[in-house]
Amino acid sequence: MHCQAPSIKAEDLNALDRRLIDSYQRGLPVCTRPFHTIAERLGSSEEVVLARLERLQALGVLSRVGPVFDHARAGASLLAAVAVPEAERDAFAELINAAPGVNHNYAREEQAREEQAREHGYNLWFVMTAPDEPELEARLDDLERCLGVPILRLPMLEGYHIDLSFPIPWAELERA
Amino acid sequence: MKTTDDLSLAATGAALSTPSSEAERRLRGLLEQGLPITSRPWQTLAEQAGMAEGQVMACVRRWQADGMIKRLGLVVKHRRLGIQANAMVVWDVPDERVAEVGRRLARETAVTLCYRRPRRLPDWPYNLFSMIHGTHRQRVLSELDAIVQRQGLEALEHRALFSTHAYRQCGGRYVREEAS
Repeated sequence: MHCQAPSIKAEDLNALDRRLIDSYQRGLPVCTRPFHTIAERLGSSEEVVLARLERLQALGVLSRVGPVFDHARAGASLLAAVAVPEAERDAFAELINAAPGVNHNYAREEQAREEQAREHGYNLWFVMTAPDEPELEARLDDLERCLGVPILRLPMLEGYHIDLSFPIPWAELERA
Repeated sequence: MKTTDDLSLAATGAALSTPSSEAERRLRGLLEQGLPITSRPWQTLAEQAGMAEGQVMACVRRWQADGMIKRLGLVVKHRRLGIQANAMVVWDVPDERVAEVGRRLARETAVTLCYRRPRRLPDWPYNLFSMIHGTHRQRVLSELDAIVQRQGLEALEHRALFSTHAYRQCGGRYVREEAS
């Protein structure tokens, strides 16, 4: 799957690519020709900016250029987890992906540090979304029946920092 | 001197009619898939949603102002860039301290998300969730240690759950299927 493709080397991204990524994870101008405005600010041309963005999107470095909606306002969503046998993890993940409204689905494992008292066993973590709360619950109930294991349901109660805009450590990536 | 944008903004405020909620819903659905990478992306979206370009921009500004849109820009796939390690760090924080600890974690630049969620006892005692990204697991763990020290969180039980496989990673789709 696309997500598992090998990483893009930092060297494959030129100075303009990096400036676009560093400067415009937020604040894309809302004007008739936003990419023209960006190009002017970065001392480039609209044509070049469009071409670089298209390339970054084709490479899979960008999932898209656009808005990130506030989950709580844009509809209903919650973080969910199931504990499944490791050997059957892929099969469970496939069933989860096939359910409507699933938009993130990760296998997670604990990094063993000191002895941990409790074993929770939750190894598949996904985000379920729906247009509204009743539909969300219905989707989770359906999926729970389909999987045959209980789903841990963890709605967001309060957000302290809800913006995934992340400074890219270019130098560190180049050393890698 | 007025630019085209000032004029279209003024026009949406006064002359243009309010788009139907049906058109706005279509626009939301289109926006969730991202902007077309073209010279006039709002115009393209306007044609698809059955609105005027000025109405589309006015909608987007309104959604930004009321918090429906958290940010507008490049949505980066960190994994693809080689930022391979991402830890969901979960904390068991006494309820009366969770907001304070959450806000302090959120100030850390390495922390990209921080939410309070319910405990589900007895299986799940953790009520604060934070996300830390980095190039390698070891870097993420040392960053986590540094955060624990800086913020004085040694007494709080926490766990770092690293993703080992992304079965799916894409933006939210909240608009009903029939919208597109």
